[in-house]
Amino acid sequence: MSGTNTSHSPTHHTSTIGAIGAPSRRNTELALLVFAVVIPVFAYANVGLALNDSVPPGLLSYGLGLGLLAGVGHLVVRKFAPYADPLMLPLATLLNGLGLVVIWRLDQSKRLSNYAEAAPRQLLYSAMGVALLAVVLIFLKDHRVLQRYTYISMAGALLLLVLPLVPGLGANIYGAKIWIKIPGLGTLQPGEFAKIALAVFFAGYLMVKRDALALASRRFMGLYLPRGRDLGPILVVWVISILILVFETDLGTSLLFFGMFVIMLYVATERTSWIVFGLLMSAVGAVGVASFEPHIQTRVQAWLDPMREFQLSREGVQDGIVHSEQAMQALWAFGSGGTLGTGLGQGNSDLIGFAANSDFILATFGEELGLAGVMAILLLYGLIIERGVRTALAARDPFGKLLAIGLSGAFGLQVFVVAGGVMGLIPLTGMTLPFVAYGGSSVIANWALIGILLRISDTARRPAPAPAANPDAEMTQVVRPS
Amino acid sequence: MSELTLTVMRLGFLAVLWLFVIVAVQVIRSDLFGTRVTQRGSRREAGRQQQAAARQAPPQQRQQPAGGRRGRNAPTKLVVTEGTLTGTTVALQGQTITLGRAHDSTIVLDDDYASSRHARIYPDRDGQWIVEDLGSTNGTYLDRSRLTTPTPIALGAPIRIGKTVIELRK
Repeated sequence: MSGTNTSHSPTHHTSTIGAIGAPSRRNTELALLVFAVVIPVFAYANVGLALNDSVPPGLLSYGLGLGLLAGVGHLVVRKFAPYADPLMLPLATLLNGLGLVVIWRLDQSKRLSNYAEAAPRQLLYSAMGVALLAVVLIFLKDHRVLQRYTYISMAGALLLLVLPLVPGLGANIYGAKIWIKIPGLGTLQPGEFAKIALAVFFAGYLMVKRDALALASRRFMGLYLPRGRDLGPILVVWVISILILVFETDLGTSLLFFGMFVIMLYVATERTSWIVFGLLMSAVGAVGVASFEPHIQTRVQAWLDPMREFQLSREGVQDGIVHSEQAMQALWAFGSGGTLGTGLGQGNSDLIGFAANSDFILATFGEELGLAGVMAILLLYGLIIERGVRTALAARDPFGKLLAIGLSGAFGLQVFVVAGGVMGLIPLTGMTLPFVAYGGSSVIANWALIGILLRISDTARRPAPAPAANPDAEMTQVVRPS
Repeated sequence: MSELTLTVMRLGFLAVLWLFVIVAVQVIRSDLFGTRVTQRGSRREAGRQQQAAARQAPPQQRQQPAGGRRGRNAPTKLVVTEGTLTGTTVALQGQTITLGRAHDSTIVLDDDYASSRHARIYPDRDGQWIVEDLGSTNGTYLDRSRLTTPTPIALGAPIRIGKTVIELRK
C-alpha cells in the first residue's frame, strides 16, 4: 500500500514521473555505423589475403557499396526517425556486411564454382532492403496506422502463405514448397514477408481481445486455464501452422508463426498458461505430422543420427528419401573451427555444397571464426532482439508494444530455428539466417522489419511534449476543512 | 601470405568483432534513460516565484508567506526519515497535511501505533508550519516531547508518530 494519498487534491501530488529527454543518439549511431562498415571491409581484405595472397581488387567498391548503404540508412533515420534506437541500424549493417563477405568467400571456392556468383546479387538485395527500410521510414509516419489494417494484413499474410501452393506459381526446391517463381525475376519466399504482416495482425487482434483472453479464466494447479471458447484463436493459428507444415513441408515457417503467436499471446495476457499450451500443442503437432510426412521424417532422422544420414548419402542409397550429408558436414565444420577458428578463407566449409551460403552459412562462420566468432555473431543478434524488446517496453501504446515484441520475437525465433538446426540442437529446417544468409526475400523483409522497429522506437523515445501549463489547477484546489 | 600474418589477422578480426559487441553494450548502458521522478511541488514553487517576481506583487502570499523575511528558510518539503514510508517526500505548498491510518490522509501511515486521524501539519497565517495532534491514542512527539498544543516546527526537527519519523526540510 502506498504511502501518500494523492487522490483528493491536486496540490497533494508529490512528484511527477516523466521520461528523461533521451538524446537522439544519432551521432553515436553514425560512429557505430562507421565501425560496422570497417569490420566487414577488414574481413574482405582478410579473405582476399588468405585465398589469393593479395588484397581483393573489389575492396574499394565493396567498401563504398556497404558504406553507401549504411550512409543512406543513417541519413534517412536522421531525417525521418531522429529519436530511433541508435543500435539497430549498425547491428543490422554489420551482420549484412559479414554475410556479404562470407558469401563472397564461398563464391571464390573452387568446389562451388559451378554455382552462380551470389555476392553481387546479395549486395543488390541488400540495397533493395535498405531502400525498403527508407520507404518504411518515410511513408510510415506513425506505426499506429498499421492498426487499421489488422484484418487486411491477416488476409495478406494468409495469401502470402498460400501462394507457394498455387500450381504453376509455387516452386518445390529441395523438398520444401516455400518459394514462388516470378517469371524473369527469380524466386521469392513469401513467408518472409508474411512474418511482418502476421505480426501486424496479431498485434491488432490481441490488443482488442487481450482482456477477454487474460481475465476470463479459472485457476487450476497454479495455472490459469482459459475458457473453452477463448481457445479459439490459438487453435486456428495452430491448425494453420500445421497445414503449412503438411502442405509446404516447412517446419521452420510453421514453428515461426506458431511461436510468434504464443509469444505475443503471452505478452498480451501475462498468462504463463498460454506458453504451456503452446509448447504442448506444438509438440503434439510436430510429432503428429512427423509420423506421416517423409520430408519431415528425413529431417528428424538427420537430426537424431547425422552420421548415418551421411553414410547413406555417400553410399547413394536409393530408398525414395533424399539423404543429405550436410547436417554432418555442418557439425564437422563447427568442430574443425574449434575455439578461435581457422581464419577467414581458410576453412573447408565449402564442402557442404549447395546451401553453404544460405541455410548453412553459420557453419562457415563456425569453421572460420570459431566458437568466439559464432558467439559474437549470436550476441549481435541478441542485441538486435534486446533493442526490439526494449522498444516494446518503452512504447507507450499497446499496439506498438505488441508489434515490437512480435517482430523481435519472430526475429529471435528465426535465428534460433536456423542456428539450432545447423548446430544440431533441433531438426534442421529450411530457414535463412536473417541478414547473413544468401537470399533476397530474407534480406529485404528483415530490413523492412528493422524499419518498423526503428519507427516504433522513434515514437517511443521521442521526448514527450512539455505538458501545457494548466491555469485551472490553482482554481480547483480542494480546500478541506480540517 | 605468411602464416604469422594470417594468424594475426584472424585473432585481430575476432578482437575487432568483440570490440564492436562491447562498444554496442556500452552504448546500451549509456542509453538507460527510463523515467525521472521530479518533485512537482518544487517545480511549481519555482514557477510561482518567477511569476511573483515578474509581477512585482506576489499574489500567493498564502503560499509564499511573509515575503522575503524567512522565505529562504521556509521548508519546501516534508520527508519521512524512519518507518515503512522512509524516503517519501511531500511538497509543502500551503496545504494541510494530514497523517494517520485513514485512507484519505495525505500520508497514510501503515503503523500499529498510529490512530486513523493522528496529526496534521499546516501553515499558520505567517507561513510558519505547525504540527497538531488530533487526539491520537499514542501521541505525537516533536523532538522528545509529547505534543499537547499546536506547536511550530523547526526545520529538521523530528516528528515521531509510532515508528514513523518525519521532518521538514528546505
